Amino acid sequence: MSAEEVRRVATLCHVGVSDDEVEQLRGEMAKLVAEVSVLQAIDTSAIEPTGHAVEGVHTVMRDDEPIEPMGLEDVLSNAPLREGDYFRVRAVME
Amino acid sequence: MVPPLAGLGSIKKAVMLVILTPWTYQWIANLHAGVASVFVGDTASYNPYMPDYEPVIGLEVHAQLRTRSKMFCSCPADYQAAPPNTRVCPVCLGLPGTLPVINREAIRSIIMTGLALHCEIAQETKFDRKNYAYPDLMKGYQISQYDLPICHDGYLEIDVDGERRRIGIERVHMEEDVAKLFHRTDPATGEGYSLVDVNRSGVPLMEMVGRPDLRSAEEARAYLIAYRSILQYLGVSTGSMEEGSFRCDANVSLRLRGASALGTKVEVKNMNSFRAVYRAILFEIERQSAKLDRGERISMETRGWVEEKGITVSLRSKEEANDYRYFPEPDLPPLHVEPSWVAELEELLPELPEARRARFMAAEDAKGYGLSEYDASGLTDTPALADYFEEAVGAVREGHGGDEAPKRVANWMLSELASHLNAANAVIDDSPVRPGDLAGLLGLLAGGTVGTTQAKAALEAMYESGKPAAQVVEELGLAQVTDSGELTGAVRQAIAENPSAVADFLGGKETAAKFLVGQVMKATRGKANPGIVAELVAEQLGALKQ
Repeated sequence: MSAEEVRRVATLCHVGVSDDEVEQLRGEMAKLVAEVSVLQAIDTSAIEPTGHAVEGVHTVMRDDEPIEPMGLEDVLSNAPLREGDYFRVRAVME
Repeated sequence: MVPPLAGLGSIKKAVMLVILTPWTYQWIANLHAGVASVFVGDTASYNPYMPDYEPVIGLEVHAQLRTRSKMFCSCPADYQAAPPNTRVCPVCLGLPGTLPVINREAIRSIIMTGLALHCEIAQETKFDRKNYAYPDLMKGYQISQYDLPICHDGYLEIDVDGERRRIGIERVHMEEDVAKLFHRTDPATGEGYSLVDVNRSGVPLMEMVGRPDLRSAEEARAYLIAYRSILQYLGVSTGSMEEGSFRCDANVSLRLRGASALGTKVEVKNMNSFRAVYRAILFEIERQSAKLDRGERISMETRGWVEEKGITVSLRSKEEANDYRYFPEPDLPPLHVEPSWVAELEELLPELPEARRARFMAAEDAKGYGLSEYDASGLTDTPALADYFEEAVGAVREGHGGDEAPKRVANWMLSELASHLNAANAVIDDSPVRPGDLAGLLGLLAGGTVGTTQAKAALEAMYESGKPAAQVVEELGLAQVTDSGELTGAVRQAIAENPSAVADFLGGKETAAKFLVGQVMKATRGKANPGIVAELVAEQLGALKQ
């Protein structure tokens, strides 16, 4: 597990890591991946891919009938930050 | 950016990193496999003095579907004019513990679209999670489709410069729209922040991915127009680029003509009109050509179109490819599309733009209208326009009749009426002049009540007032003077006032009569019936000859 790989995964997860932590994580993440990799030993070539954990259930659809949405105050009641009728969030510029 | 988990101990982080990214393992494998994209020209056809580049363009088009409720929840989808955050429920707000349920009408719409685009319709399909962190995503992921899109491998035909080309469609899949962000700056701190309106989150969004078969900006525009036309004929989307219900990204690359390998592609975004798509692609072709001519490499990146400046600017580098860690959506069971449903929907497909255009061009005795390709294309652009045309032709035939009703209606729709609509930035459905009104005006024109000039003035007044032709002509006094008693005086006066023209005529210069007709038309401010005036002029000049 390279330092670059650790940093990449950290970025994807929005987790900040220091250089020291990267070094430590390299070893720890490699161990975790090795744990999971035992699954690779299973021959799945003759098995249909499982798209869903619940077998036999498929094609669940609803009619296109709108129902009353939540009220504005309810919608914003858990907003950490609010401005007027909007949620306010930190700028995330790409 | 302050990482939300910065305070955790490192071992906890290690566990979280792996848990939070169940597909990490797969991703690491991909990273090791790393595929480099290199521009490879065909050396055999390479001319160092005059490189001839061939543009290779593929479009990705997102269209909102016109369902009444959202894709995975029952919130009303009519967010366009709604006050912020009033079309929202726990599902589209991404609250924990909520579950999505598929909207049947949206699936019906995408199947219809796939059929119209000659696609294969998958019998077994599913939804997947596309993970990325951005505040427009309430859940932290978008429900989309990864490896099993509902529709795939279709095509669309376009005509450019008299050449018909078949342009491939890789796939059409179903996903959900995201929330709307408004970027602001805090006046106190000068720091940027964003406001979020969740109304749009969860509106059904259909993504069409076209194959890179397009070779010019003209073809790209034709393809986009043809696609929108089909969606409008099917009634599945409004297709409004201005309102953002129809959005297009273009992948543009260049290669040496004759080469088979593709060059490095650049993705262009933020184009909100057909014209913008056209201009952005032209700009990108120029920019890339100039770069290659200088011996530079094209970098793989996403660029945004800046309308005011007419240029594209770099938004982000794609060197670090997006990693969405797609995995099957556990909250939605797989979707099976019964072939019987597809067959049923195929039966319900309406006449599509292609077929309607062909019918408009067919001879009148073959139930067509005998229109030119140009007229037929213009009139079948949207179903509303084509309906208007057919209704107006019907009204003309029922009313005054006369020859070439389709041609006359087409001319007036595509010139005069179109210019009023364009000036008002309106579409045909907004026109205060209804098909019956236009037919009424054409009747007055054919019957000689008004001349062409007056008819144009009448149409303008009709457009402004919404009143029928006869009333406008009456109120504005636009009717032609056909009373020969009244006109005889005017002709007599023209002859008296223009002795030199009369002398010319008597000297054998026949065209002098036309000059006199013109003078009468001028004196009557164009309201005289030119045919009757010409007769009277000839009569009176004839009398002078003897």
